Amino acid sequence: MDKIIVRGLNLWYGDFPALINVNADFKEKKITAIIGPSGCGKSTMLRVFNRMNDLIEGVRVTGEVDIDGTNAVSPEADLIYLRRKVGMVFQRPNPFPLSIYENIAFGLKIHGIERNADALAGVIEESLRRVLLWDDLKDKLKRSALRLSLEQKQRLCIARLLAVKSDVLLMDEPCSTLDPQATERIEELMRELKNNYTIVVVTHNMQQAARVSDETGFMLLGEMVEFAATREIFTAPKDKRTEDYITGRYG
Amino acid sequence: MRKFKEFIIEKLILICGSASIFFVALIFVFLLKEGLSLFKTVRLGAFLFGKSWYPISEPAELGILPLILGSLLVTAGAAVISVPIGVGCAVYIAEIAPGKVKEVLKGGIELLAAIPSVVLGFIGMVTLVPWVKNIFHLPTGLTALSGSIMLAFMAMPTIVSIAEDALYSVPRSYKEGAFALGATHWQTIWRVLLPAASSGILAAVMLGIGRVIGETMAVMMITGNSAVIPHTILAPVRTLTATVAAEMGEAVVGSEHYFALFAVGIVLFVISFAINVTADLFLHRERR
Ligand SMILES: Nc1ncnc2c1ncn2[C@@H]1O[C@H](COP(=O)(O)OP(=O)(O)OP(=O)(O)O)[C@@H](O)[C@H]1O
Ligand SMILES: [Mg+2]
Repeated sequence: MDKIIVRGLNLWYGDFPALINVNADFKEKKITAIIGPSGCGKSTMLRVFNRMNDLIEGVRVTGEVDIDGTNAVSPEADLIYLRRKVGMVFQRPNPFPLSIYENIAFGLKIHGIERNADALAGVIEESLRRVLLWDDLKDKLKRSALRLSLEQKQRLCIARLLAVKSDVLLMDEPCSTLDPQATERIEELMRELKNNYTIVVVTHNMQQAARVSDETGFMLLGEMVEFAATREIFTAPKDKRTEDYITGRYG
Repeated sequence: MRKFKEFIIEKLILICGSASIFFVALIFVFLLKEGLSLFKTVRLGAFLFGKSWYPISEPAELGILPLILGSLLVTAGAAVISVPIGVGCAVYIAEIAPGKVKEVLKGGIELLAAIPSVVLGFIGMVTLVPWVKNIFHLPTGLTALSGSIMLAFMAMPTIVSIAEDALYSVPRSYKEGAFALGATHWQTIWRVLLPAASSGILAAVMLGIGRVIGETMAVMMITGNSAVIPHTILAPVRTLTATVAAEMGEAVVGSEHYFALFAVGIVLFVISFAINVTADLFLHRERR
């Protein structure tokens, strides 16, 4: 099953074309990695899926991004619903400067999902359990989230999405600020989450792409050069440019 | 030669720096010396909590409770008016206003800050005071409320500009995180940006209030100058500052009255100092 179907997607920052005729199918409940050299448009691509590019002035988009049967890039798309469904984890963990509890309650409150205090606490516990933070933090829920370690912060940011029942998780270099052990643990969590979520992860780290993803897209200068099963991309790339990149020729 | 020049410049700067500290110390010592002399003849409690201020009757009654309450009432009124409007304005400028409107508003606020207080007092006297009188059917429009409204105008520029800075310095990533969760602009402002900027906004409020409590000219012109304990905000009041300004000229040097006015100065100083320190604490908490 394809969760996100991208057809003829173009995006311009002013006059600069950042995405050029991109076509790709992201499979449901799989991890898809997007790799490519710096500036090739990976983040831009992710930010199309939850329309975060709308925050930037002078962005123009054409084409189609079909998520569950609705076109996410159409001007009529319901952004609030879209962003609730398609959650995003940022490169630098960005918990709100509120308590751990409030960080997760935030999404539930703004969407009016849970108002009852007991039910709220239940959802918060479940979300924290799923990202393996509950045991460490259950007595510290009133503490500021800014006092957590980087890894804990990133987990909390993931928990925030689970609480509002997102079903697509966009992750833009989610481990780039973490140490190798923490990275490994987050990758473990991603594998676990893929049972229920469709994950799209942007990464600079080709080993990471090879380790966690089922499918991989390679981008270059705004184009989706090759998009296929990860094993295929890394062992038998069809495009010369993909081969050059994974053998380290672009650096 | 260059080294020598450096040396001279360094010393000059040092002298300027020490001079300012020296003058502050001098003012402080003078204020204390004159003000504390009062307490050779008047008890501190009777001064602070005495209910009547008749400095030139025989014997003089030097209780400043009506003045303290007058100052507090006018200031509290000004805060109630200026804080919501000021913070709202800061949110509008920092988050909502499109480029052009933002520039115009910021210019307007700067202009408001540049109006001398005597001019504001004068405008208040000829416009605001009659309004207050007519709207509330009062014998006089020279009331605490008039003072509060006028002072709110003076506190506003401080509150707006500092609160706006505080909002700007909220990391962009918080806002992105909120939007990415599907929050509306208003939800983002209310639930994330304002709490994130709260210490800076509190500092803005404190500094705005600090400006108001030390203000003299405008309040002297429009609050009615009656040293009676006010029971409503529609009563005329007299503030600490207005008292000193109005009576210093006629107090006989070395008299009890004269010392009492200095003691009022100390009270004002303590209040302002406390407010500034609190504001500073909030600002530092934010930086950490
Ligand atoms: N707000 C913007 N305004 C103008 N140009 C932009 C903007 N954001 C990105 N770009 C340009 O678009 C191109 C793609 O940027 P993008 O951030 O998507 O790259 P990326 O693949 O995520 O790179 P990195 O690996 O460095 O994160 C780059 O050339 C970048 O300079
Ligand atoms: Mg990027």
